[in-house]
This record gives sequence, structure tokens and C-alpha cells, in this order.
Amino acid sequence: MTIPVELRYTRDHEWVKMENADSEPAQVDKGETPVPNDVARIGITDYAQHALGDVVYVDLGAKGKHVEQFKVFGVVESVKAASDLFSPVSGQVIEVNQKLIDQPELVNSNPYGEGWMMRVRIDNIRELENLMDAGEYDAFLQTL
Amino acid sequence: MSNLRKTVLHGTHVGLGAKLVEFSGWEMPVQYSSIINEHKSVRERAGLFDVSHMGRYAVRGTDATNFLQHVHTNDIGALKIGQAHYGFLCNTQGGVVDDVIVYRRGDDFYWVVVNAGNREKDWRWLASHQQGDAQMRDDSQEWALIALQGPHALDILSNFTELDFDTIPYYHAADTQVAGHDAFVARTGYTGEDGVEISVRSEEAEDVWMKLMGAGAVPCGLGARDTLRLEAGMALYGHELTDETNPLEANLKRFIKIEKPNFIGRDWLERSLQEGMKRKLVGLQMMERGIARADYPVQTDGITIGKVTSGGPSVTTGRNIALAYVPIEHSKVDTELDVLIRDKPTKAKVIKTPFYSRKRAKAQ
Repeated sequence: MTIPVELRYTRDHEWVKMENADSEPAQVDKGETPVPNDVARIGITDYAQHALGDVVYVDLGAKGKHVEQFKVFGVVESVKAASDLFSPVSGQVIEVNQKLIDQPELVNSNPYGEGWMMRVRIDNIRELENLMDAGEYDAFLQTL
Repeated sequence: MSNLRKTVLHGTHVGLGAKLVEFSGWEMPVQYSSIINEHKSVRERAGLFDVSHMGRYAVRGTDATNFLQHVHTNDIGALKIGQAHYGFLCNTQGGVVDDVIVYRRGDDFYWVVVNAGNREKDWRWLASHQQGDAQMRDDSQEWALIALQGPHALDILSNFTELDFDTIPYYHAADTQVAGHDAFVARTGYTGEDGVEISVRSEEAEDVWMKLMGAGAVPCGLGARDTLRLEAGMALYGHELTDETNPLEANLKRFIKIEKPNFIGRDWLERSLQEGMKRKLVGLQMMERGIARADYPVQTDGITIGKVTSGGPSVTTGRNIALAYVPIEHSKVDTELDVLIRDKPTKAKVIKTPFYSRKRAKAQ
């Protein structure tokens, strides 16, 4: 099971990647200058795609809407069943991966790459502290 | 999942890397590689399914025929040795105890093959209606059941048996040998393809399974079994058929021989035929993005008029399909309806079933 070290993870098996961040998430600058590194890319993990099986449908909502940390932002459906998707962070959706509408199988073949789901301008970078790093997520998977 | 029941092939499935799930109290493979790939394997070549979780009840005795005639809706009395009938054990209240296949294996010897989730219920039901010289025996543990399905199924099996398949047309069966083991081979299945269901002694099941796999049959899980039967428009107990459903509404009249005297359920089935049906099981095709699933409401003009019983993607046709009960006045082909998917009415239309039919060789 692949677990890239630069990502953060939820217990619902979503990942979040800070864009333009080399390794560490951007630090908050005491509220003065705009924070440049506040865009996050979101998807589901290799474990999740494996557990789901063949993904045949995704519903990712619309660009512009606001999502809340750990609240439902969309739905992914495998051949057998529909599952909710939970946002790892709060913020405004600035892009959804339109390619997944026609090629939902990208979630299976490349969950951390072409299978990404949405990009979000995050409200509060401190929310990342509520997420697991790769080591913690790996340990979490061992408990399942 | 330790308290779940396991078939004799459980270890084989684990060794093959199957993903296991709970199904009706059993731990069963849902897929080995991918439901889509397994589904296609059956449509294009041949797939192998472990269905040993189904119950196999032997009925023997000089009154076995009369007993089964009394509890089953089809004409068991007309079965020749080596022939099988699909039909229903109906209750007295207007519902289906189970849908079962009865195989006649001898003058006074039958096998009743029942759904895994109904094994105990069916046993109690059958035992409570037993009459005369008819003894029941549960053969489910002693015999494994392996389904080999798909256009290459008979070719693959012919490597291991002398059986002449011309002697067992659809819904016929024969005692024979498979890979040197005693076997009962039936030309039945649940996929919409040609194929067989092979009973072999439990201790010989792995040998037969591995040999069939070695000859090209692709192991398939319950996931593909479900998508295949849905495309073929076949009912699944617990979904299209329940203790409260009328099989006439599920378009299954041909398996109910109402002219038979005194079988259980005959009174209400006859009344239902006289009164006419109020609702009907129809096929739906989604006309907008969205996948209908079991229990989703079916609506027209925002009013719920029915319910989806099974739904999902049709791998072969590329459509999203469903079966649903709707009032008879909304059941005509091309009727536009909505399926409520996560609170969103999503356009669908009634289409004819089966959603998929294999090309059959023309009769001479």
C-alpha cells in the first residue's frame, strides 16, 4: 500500500497535499501578509481505492462551493456501492478534477496523481494539525 | 469475521488473494482481481465461482415427488430424471419463502438447491410440510458446488469429463466424473451465459477448482456474480423476491403452474391472477449521470411511486441499470421516471429486460 510521505491523511482515507510546499506545510504568518501556500490538493488513498474496488462514478460537487473539514464533499461509487468523501480541510473549492467524470478509473490506477479530486483554498492552515502524517496513517492502517 | 461460516474452498480463495466479505453469514470472496475484469471474463471466456454456501437438500422416498409438488410452484411431477425446474417455495400469506431449483436425480430422489441466506428458514419450512415417505437430508457440507460459466465453459470442462453436453440441454443434469471424481453436472447458472454448476465431494473440490483454473477459467467473486445476474435480469432473493413479494409481479409467471392442484400459495396466486397486478418489476436505464442502488425511491413528479430493488453499472452495455417495482400504469417500456439519488431526482426510463442476452446458436 503506497503512502507518500509528503501528504497528510484522514481516518476516512483522504489525502491532502499542500501545493508549492516542498515538504512542510506553509506556516501561518501571524495574519498580516497573504499566505501564498494555502492551496491544497485532495484525493483518496491507495488503501481506499483498493478497498473500494473498481471506481465507476465520482460526484465532486462544484467549483466555488465551501467545504468543511471532515464533512462530506462528494461521493465515490464502486461497482458495488456508493461511499461518501470527506474533506480533510475547510475551504473554498477552486477546481474539481473534471477528467474523473469521464475516467473515474483514474482513482484506481493513480490515486495520488491523475486521480486527484479537488483543489481547495484552505481557510485555516492549522487544521492540518488535525490530520495524520504518513507514519501515523500507516500505523492507523495496521489497526484496521 | 471469525464467527462467519466458510466453504471448503475458503483456503483456496485466500491463497488466490481474494478479497473476502460477509455474505448472509458466510465469509466469501467478493472479487479476486476486479469485478469488472471478472464480469468480462464470464461474458467473453469463462469464469469460476464457488457457490458452496448454497444449501443442497436431498429429498428421498416414494412420496418425494408429491411432497415437492406440494411446496414448489413449478411442475415437479413432470420432471424427468436428469431434469431441473426453477420455481418458488411460496408461503400462505402472499410471499416467497425462497426461489429454489429442484433437480430430479432418480425415481425417488431430488436435490433442492436453496439460497445461502435461507438455508435454515427453508429447512424448517420444508420439514414442517413434509408428508408421507419423504426423507430430507442436508448434503450441503458433503458436496461443494462450483459454477463454471461463460462461452468457453463447456470447452474447458470437456478436458476433464467424458460427458456429452448434447445430452444435457439447459436445465438438465447428469451424474458423471470430472477429473476422475464423482460429479453431478447441471446445465444451470446465474450469469446469463451458457455453463454448468458442478457438484463434487468437498474433499475433492480444490482439485477440481485448480484444474478448471489451470484450463483457463477465471476465478470470480460474488461481486461479478451480482453484476452478471442483474444484466441477465435474474431475481436475487432479498431484493426482487422476499417473504412479502408476489412472484407474478416479478414477471415469473412461467415458473408457477397454477393448474396444479393444492400447492402452498396457490390460493393467493390464483386470486392475484384474477384480480390483476397492481405493480410490476421493471428494468430501468439511467438517462442522467447517477447510479441507482437498492432501496432508492422511484418517483414521478416528485411523488414516490416505487423502489429500486437492485441497481448498478452494467459492465457489458456501459449503462447504469436497475430493477424496480413500480405501479402497473408506470411500467410500460419508455416510461420516464426519476430515481431519487442522494435527494436528487435523476432521470431514468423503463427498458425491457433482460438488459443483456447472449447470442444463441439458431435452432435447426
